[in-house]
Amino acid sequence: MSVDNLHVHFKTAAGVVRAVEGLSFTVNRGEVVAVVGESGSGKSVTALAVMRLLPKRSAVVPQGRITFDGRNLLELSDEEMRQRRGRDISMIFQEPMTSLNPILPIGLQITEPLQIHLGMSDEQTKARAVELLRLVGIPDAERRLTQYPHQFSGGMRQRVMIAIGLACNPKLIIADEPTTALDVTIQAQILELMKDLSRRLNIALILITHNLGIVARYADRVIVMYAGRQAEQGAADAVFHRPRHPYTMGLLRSVPRLDRPRGVKLETIEGLPPNLATAPPGCRFAPRCPYRLPACDQDPPLIPTDTGGLSACIRAAEIASGAINWTSGMVAGSADAVAKDRAPLLAVRDLRKFFPVRTGLGGSKAVVRAVDGVSFDIYPGETLGLVGESGCGKTTVGRLILRLDEPTSGAIHFEGKDLLAASAGELKTLRRKIQVIFQDPYSSLNPRMTVGQIVAEPLHVHGIVADAGKRKARVAELISQVGLRPELAERYPHQLSGGQRQRVGIARALGMEPSFIVCDEAVSALDVSIQGQIINLLEDLQRAFGLAYLFIAHDLAIVRHISMRVVVMYLGHVMEIADRDTLYREPLHPYTKLLLDAAPIPDPTVEKARAPRLIQGELPSALAPPAGCVFHTRCPLASDECKAAVPPLREIRPKHFAACIKV
Amino acid sequence: MTTIATTEKAEPARRPRSQILEFMRQQPMGAASFVVIVVMMFAGVFAERVAPHDPLDIDFGGILAPPSWEHWTGTDAFGRDTFSRIIYGARTALIIGFASSFIGSSLGALLGATCAYFGGRVDMVIQRFVDIMLSFPIIVLALVVVAVLGKWQVLGIDINLIFAIAIPIVPNVTRIVRSAALSVRAMPYIDAARTAGYSHLRIICRHMLPNLMAPYLIMLTAYIAQAILLEASLSFLGLGVAEPTPAWGLMLSGNATDFFREAPWMALFPGIAISLAVFAFSLFGDSLRDWLDPKFKV
Repeated sequence: MSVDNLHVHFKTAAGVVRAVEGLSFTVNRGEVVAVVGESGSGKSVTALAVMRLLPKRSAVVPQGRITFDGRNLLELSDEEMRQRRGRDISMIFQEPMTSLNPILPIGLQITEPLQIHLGMSDEQTKARAVELLRLVGIPDAERRLTQYPHQFSGGMRQRVMIAIGLACNPKLIIADEPTTALDVTIQAQILELMKDLSRRLNIALILITHNLGIVARYADRVIVMYAGRQAEQGAADAVFHRPRHPYTMGLLRSVPRLDRPRGVKLETIEGLPPNLATAPPGCRFAPRCPYRLPACDQDPPLIPTDTGGLSACIRAAEIASGAINWTSGMVAGSADAVAKDRAPLLAVRDLRKFFPVRTGLGGSKAVVRAVDGVSFDIYPGETLGLVGESGCGKTTVGRLILRLDEPTSGAIHFEGKDLLAASAGELKTLRRKIQVIFQDPYSSLNPRMTVGQIVAEPLHVHGIVADAGKRKARVAELISQVGLRPELAERYPHQLSGGQRQRVGIARALGMEPSFIVCDEAVSALDVSIQGQIINLLEDLQRAFGLAYLFIAHDLAIVRHISMRVVVMYLGHVMEIADRDTLYREPLHPYTKLLLDAAPIPDPTVEKARAPRLIQGELPSALAPPAGCVFHTRCPLASDECKAAVPPLREIRPKHFAACIKV
Repeated sequence: MTTIATTEKAEPARRPRSQILEFMRQQPMGAASFVVIVVMMFAGVFAERVAPHDPLDIDFGGILAPPSWEHWTGTDAFGRDTFSRIIYGARTALIIGFASSFIGSSLGALLGATCAYFGGRVDMVIQRFVDIMLSFPIIVLALVVVAVLGKWQVLGIDINLIFAIAIPIVPNVTRIVRSAALSVRAMPYIDAARTAGYSHLRIICRHMLPNLMAPYLIMLTAYIAQAILLEASLSFLGLGVAEPTPAWGLMLSGNATDFFREAPWMALFPGIAISLAVFAFSLFGDSLRDWLDPKFKV
């Protein structure tokens, strides 16, 4: 398939949004092409354009050709296009939870395209469905055909989606963020499977993603998109090692990496992507580019680079000669020595939270053991990272500390005071000291209040700044402290970008003058280049105000960057606690080791050199956790002893704790 | 596509006049229905000046007269000018309809938000109470309230009639608002408000209710129409507005049904007035909801 000078425009109330401009690329059979870019860069729109699934009322394709098997897809009739969809080209979506129909058994959903496109008989389709489920690694295929989507886990559903995509032996599969909703260990399994199938069945695969690590591990060629245009394309090795566009260079540098020494500050690309409805002509990246020239006001051509790719930068040759190198402000070493002999700011002891669930109508009550005996300390001015896969209870721990949920048992002491026994009045004063930054910047701000009102409210309620005039000044000060212009106080949250909203959330928390902030996946909903900006902001604020953070995240590289100590959780239990450097250099617990192996690193050479050691199997249900060590069902070292008793958290080396009897 | 406008300048403060023009531009149907409502209000407020006749003036010489230049919409069985009665009826309809729907919906919204916010036992108790209320037909419930409260007139307005109509509205609105409030309750900004140590009252009033504006406005406008009809039913049963007070519902019932063949205008024109009012309020409510949602403002 080839795409030639594709343009897609959207008509909106705010004018014409040029979502894709002049995109060209080809995909061959058996090849994996990755389209990388931040949200709004036009990568998903490209996929929808190829499938001809763009909204008819607002989207137009004024120019371009999409040639597939010798025919221009844009000129086919709707009926001809319908016949190709699912048969020759299939698509796998991001959200496996919602892209399967919940009221139809999965067998029916797999056989449907076979009957429609290939006109197979019932027996043939059933045999093919069983074959497909085996192909995507779902055991016990015959029985599972009659099951419904809710009986499958997220990873299994994505396998089913892949099976449906493969059903008619397509020539091209477009996968739009296929693993973004999945955990690291499951993500590795799914991508391994897709890459393997593409090789074996000689299918062209377009992989749309924002995750550079995934690209490095699985793509043959890479297309980097920025603001609707391609910034650069080329072989994966070349793009990663010898980027020829400043945006690619900046992007690669702004990701914290597991295989590099940790810098004090993350490098970031300053500024925001342009508004595609009003952007002036010229290089889209120029306003954020440190190497812009007056000539960047003209639309840059795509020039071939010395590495065999294409770059949309007029200075690509200079980059190639080494004359331009993304200025590195990186300072090696660590600047975070925290005095740990002081009393802990927050002490969590044997914390448990069980959620009762009723199974079925009038059925017996079961208990989800979301958090089961968690203990740790946080010292003033320290960042404690809390990592684990979804469902491991890390968010619940945060909510218990914030007293948003009541723990089943255990103790939480903050500055020596018992948080759980605090009276309503005491709690109100304690709440000022313990603040939170949420994951989703879109829903953590009240949409009916302006930014100014949001930031001012706690100042007013707690009487921090009683005078209305002074309060306004304080709000402006807080807003500029988080790197926003004070005029933004008049805006509503929906008028801001994701990164700006997250800054507003930080300003709101900061206004209370807290000493401790729970950051619950505070950057995981943001784009890579914005992520770096927010992490730097959090670190600056920590230094300025001596804040302590509990940084809850699933991204191991980010946790490594920001944390001083790290807690690893699995199914409600703490697996390992250690200093950041010790944990990442010499992990003791088998789960930590496997977790680190599963995380992709944005470097194709490193990725190809390491053998993928995948964690087998799925996360067990928290309703019926395994007896003994909860990890024994997936652990390569597991033996009968592991099933017998829950291993206690032992201090194996000084200040390095692990809950495993084998180390 | 998620392209968010990030213009460099802060937008200028909106002046009231440009606000109205902007509303008319973005919500033409809303503006049209607003005009109908304004006309109704004008007729209601200045009924004495606008009406060509006294609505109570009985003229046995001209009973059941068809529409003419003298009587635009004809006369009724007592020879009263129906057009004037419709104009005066707008006053009754607006006062009772709006007041009772406002009281009922506001109370319902507050209860619904309270249920969703606290959950657990509070929710359980209020919801079972709502169940009991809902098991009575709305008219029966209103009848009971009228019978218990009796009549209490202030400035010629029957306050107890307003409450009798408002109370049956409460459980219906509570149900609808509660379900919407449950999703608002789950939003992180409510958690943020809780961790900030705000009082329950503040969280419900400042953070939950403004985000429940959409269902509230729909309920409010829909129940204005319901209330007008309910008032008519009660009047028909002799418990609401009594003859000879002009009220649309009253004009529809009673004699209008007896003389439907001979004088269809007696029912037709008050009927049109009710439909127009109901339609205008519903449409206006929809437009207002869209308009008040900050997400719709670009």
